[in-house]
Amino acid sequence: MSADNEPLIIGFLCNWCSYAGADMAGTSRMAYPSNIRIIRVPCSGRVDPLLIVKCFQEGADAVLVAGCHPGDCHYNEGNYYSRRRFAVLRALLDFMGIDKERFRVEWVSASEGKRFSQIVSQFTEDMNRIGARKAG
Amino acid sequence: MSRIGVFICHCGTNIGGVVNVPEVVEAARHMPLVAFADENKYTCSEVGQSSIRNAIAEHKLDRVVIASCSPRMHENTFRRTVTAAGINPYLLEMANLREHCSWVHSDARDATSKAIDLVRMAVSKVARHEALFPKQIGLTKRALVIGGGVTGIQAALDIAASGHEVVLVEKEPSIGGRMAQLDKTFPTLDCSACILTPKMVDVAQHPKITLLSYSEIVDVRGFVGNFEVDILRKAKLVDYEKCTGCGLCWQACPEKIPSEFNLGLGHRTAIYIPFAQAVPNKPVIDIANCRYENYRRWKETEEGEEPPQCRICEGVCPTEAIDRTQQDEIITEKFGAIVVTTGFKTFDYSVYGEYGGGRYPNVITSLQLERLMSAAGPTEGEVLRPSDGTHPKSVVFIQCVGSRDDKVNRPYCSKVCCMYTAKHAIMLKEHDPEVQCYVFYIDIRAGGKDFEEFARRAQDETGALYLRGRVSQIYQQGDKLMVLGEDSLMGRPVEITADLVVLATGMEPSENAAEIAQTLNISYNTYNFLIEAHPKLRPVETQTDGIFVAGAAVGPRDIPECVAHGSAAAVKAVALLSQDSLTTDPLISVVDPMKCVGCFACKEVCPFNAIEEQVTRDGRTISSINESVCKGCGLCVVACRPGAINLRGFTNQQLLSEVLTLVGR
Amino acid sequence: MAKVGSNTGNQTAERVYSYYPGCSQLATAEEYDVSARLVSRKLGIELRELEDWICCGASAAHSTDHWLSLALPAHTLKQAEEAGLPLAVPCAMCFSRLKFALHELENKETRDIVSHIIEKELSTAVAVEPMLKILADESLPIPVVKPLSGLKVACYYGCLLVRPPEVVKFDNAENPQTMERLMQRLGAEPINWGLKTACCGAGVAFPRLDVVLKLSYRLLSLIKASGADCVAVACPMCHANLDMYQKDMKAKFGEKLDLPVLYFTQLMGLALGFSPKELLLNKHITNPLPMLRKKELI
Repeated sequence: MSADNEPLIIGFLCNWCSYAGADMAGTSRMAYPSNIRIIRVPCSGRVDPLLIVKCFQEGADAVLVAGCHPGDCHYNEGNYYSRRRFAVLRALLDFMGIDKERFRVEWVSASEGKRFSQIVSQFTEDMNRIGARKAG
Repeated sequence: MSRIGVFICHCGTNIGGVVNVPEVVEAARHMPLVAFADENKYTCSEVGQSSIRNAIAEHKLDRVVIASCSPRMHENTFRRTVTAAGINPYLLEMANLREHCSWVHSDARDATSKAIDLVRMAVSKVARHEALFPKQIGLTKRALVIGGGVTGIQAALDIAASGHEVVLVEKEPSIGGRMAQLDKTFPTLDCSACILTPKMVDVAQHPKITLLSYSEIVDVRGFVGNFEVDILRKAKLVDYEKCTGCGLCWQACPEKIPSEFNLGLGHRTAIYIPFAQAVPNKPVIDIANCRYENYRRWKETEEGEEPPQCRICEGVCPTEAIDRTQQDEIITEKFGAIVVTTGFKTFDYSVYGEYGGGRYPNVITSLQLERLMSAAGPTEGEVLRPSDGTHPKSVVFIQCVGSRDDKVNRPYCSKVCCMYTAKHAIMLKEHDPEVQCYVFYIDIRAGGKDFEEFARRAQDETGALYLRGRVSQIYQQGDKLMVLGEDSLMGRPVEITADLVVLATGMEPSENAAEIAQTLNISYNTYNFLIEAHPKLRPVETQTDGIFVAGAAVGPRDIPECVAHGSAAAVKAVALLSQDSLTTDPLISVVDPMKCVGCFACKEVCPFNAIEEQVTRDGRTISSINESVCKGCGLCVVACRPGAINLRGFTNQQLLSEVLTLVGR
Repeated sequence: MAKVGSNTGNQTAERVYSYYPGCSQLATAEEYDVSARLVSRKLGIELRELEDWICCGASAAHSTDHWLSLALPAHTLKQAEEAGLPLAVPCAMCFSRLKFALHELENKETRDIVSHIIEKELSTAVAVEPMLKILADESLPIPVVKPLSGLKVACYYGCLLVRPPEVVKFDNAENPQTMERLMQRLGAEPINWGLKTACCGAGVAFPRLDVVLKLSYRLLSLIKASGADCVAVACPMCHANLDMYQKDMKAKFGEKLDLPVLYFTQLMGLALGFSPKELLLNKHITNPLPMLRKKELI
């Protein structure tokens, strides 16, 4: 991890909507800061809350989970589960001493390249504002 | 030890113009387990692909990372490339350097640094891939079609034409559906029955089609290629082997019940066929309304008044076909594919208090008008007012009743009403040149071949007065109906004295559409219309493999669209049934039987009912994934408390390793 | 809901309401107020007139100043709230204004502003009920002494009593039945007709009498054609328009209507045995007495 990548944002994107939305941002050349590293998952419901905790534990500055809009899940109902799971996780972040702002769940459809670009830009800006997490 | 090959693509200048590709290659060479790294101008070109194949052979590579465009673009291309070089296609991983990096970042230093990270993630992931092999499963080469309207008829005939067996299930005593109720069709004014009934007869006579009328779907188990369906065959009390359909019974039956087929405008008997051209042309006994059946029920308790012991039908039947011993029966059949064509019903307008909500006999629906116009209808084709049997001279049509109206939670357009009302205006004028029609509309939606011309014809040739606006109230004055509305183009209220008011009631899904969708585990929207896999590119498929949808059950559609969708669904079903075996995607969940504790939290969350219970040799009940049903969403992996389930291609270890390459030391 | 107290004398359960007569009931519609109070007393309903009730804001306020149109009824509502009893309202117009205010005051921001205007903290915890609903309550026995046999009544609700449904939450906006069921209980025969909730033209009574005549005539001619002997109303505006202009209608449209227009409370009063004089039946422009005599109801 090189210093100029701070703040480091790890993005979990569902394959069917949000990953395609990020592709769309690319094909439309909608630039956003390069801090985000995208990990492809089949569904936002595949993302284990414990993996998010692990990201923070290992020093990630921020985590984004993006999935299909509620009602549009490729697997019918996967994002409903992620919505609930992450609502619970969010409540726990405070307890773990992690600023809630560092964790975001967004719905990005395959056609929302612009939205994806805006979300990442805003998220990065916010993380720049609150600064990198201090280890230890 | 794995030997990983990494291939970085310039994509012309698409990647190479921003990312310093040689620097990424150099970095990749120093990553763990990487035996070889190289760059290509265009990796996806034949030159690029052959260089990969050569490198695999030359450097004895056993896993490959290709860092180029989005895997959504070329993952399958490169899987074929590595397969050709003797590597399992699932030992490939892609890093997205184009859409997610060079195209959205302009700073070369940042982009190159990110590209190195993305390659490092892919390398760590590919090291944890395992070789996967798609499985082959068998299938039953029979199709089930649910619903015998024109869509289902078309689908059944097309599937049968390909040589596959079809079972067509219809809940009513006859197939034909809504189209059988229509008099003529727009915009050609073809006689509906004349074009439909030959198809109905074809269904009855086709050697590959089994018609199960008066039957319903009760339960569906299994998965694509291997469905097991329980079908309820309601007791008809008539032995169809003996019955010749001579009609003596229904002519003799003394009971009179409002006819469902004629929408309450006429009567039928208790032993009946819904209409003259019914297929099958054999009657059923309506047990709830049959006098002798009522007597039999009374006999059990002897409470209340004794009903007459009628049995007239049995007396007149020349073949002794009446069989009072028949019981409802559930049969189980196997199918490889299911086509759902449950169709529509018309909106119940009683919620519209301003239109009388059903209080005025001379306010009828368009479908009722069809029955009045039909030569086979209750008035033998004479349009007569229900109240007094006179010919209406002034007829008001109200469009969008239960369509485009948020107030009644029907914001959608029912699509066919503009056209059938134009048809009614034209036909009424043909029936009786003295008729004056008025049409209250919101917009005229006449998109379709010859539709606009037809709608114009109603306005220009028949003199129907089209008034743009809603009707606020209808009230009875003497034997006339006063219709109060607004002409929004003239900006003033209008008042019309009408003999008959016809409501263009919109389409909504059949009564039990949601129930059937639940049984089949396919999706439906808030109005209970079925949801297709993709509204544009997969219009007759569903999220459940092997189940196809067509016709007005999916959304408001006219006859040509329904027929086209019926044929389309048939083609999809035939394509499935024509295979000798089915290939399953191996990127699905797997259960570690040693770790599973049998809590079945996975079963709770699985959207596809892919989790089955399995008893191990040591007597534990544990989860097992049905590989034909699992779609690889990974919901169960997260739900699994002991961590017994993993998702191939996206294992916990792989996701963790990707994270750790970014943040770990 | 009404408070149910102890039994008093031969009367059944005692029901107590705050009462908001409204200005019409002290003037042109005096007979409505008088008959409503008489009938209520007879049925064991106690009406306690609010001490400091003011104008509901009808006609003028809501077309000139939104906040005034809320503050006026709010003042009255506040009193009802303090009295702690449900509020009985005879006039359909007042009922409509009070219900609209309650509806708007559901919004916290609006409520805060209106509270500031009337300098009192408001809640929306007050039940406002139309006199018709209170007297037609089917759990309330009506000791009919003189059934209105043979009297065909056209029940007319007007535009305000049942509309808009999401605000007033009373009966059905297109085909209400409360008054019909009440008339049946009194022994009368309600007729079926289609313009029960249509406009009589009261909104433009002063600037456009021609419109009033047209709209009211439309109602009365339909009622006449339906064979009714009289019209029952629950609104002083409706009453005024239908009762007052029958002569002008004859001049304009040529039809002699001669249809008595009575408050439903007056018909209740007749059935309960009150005299025409007590019920102020002599106050109407279209004299109902000849028709009632003919029907042998007085």
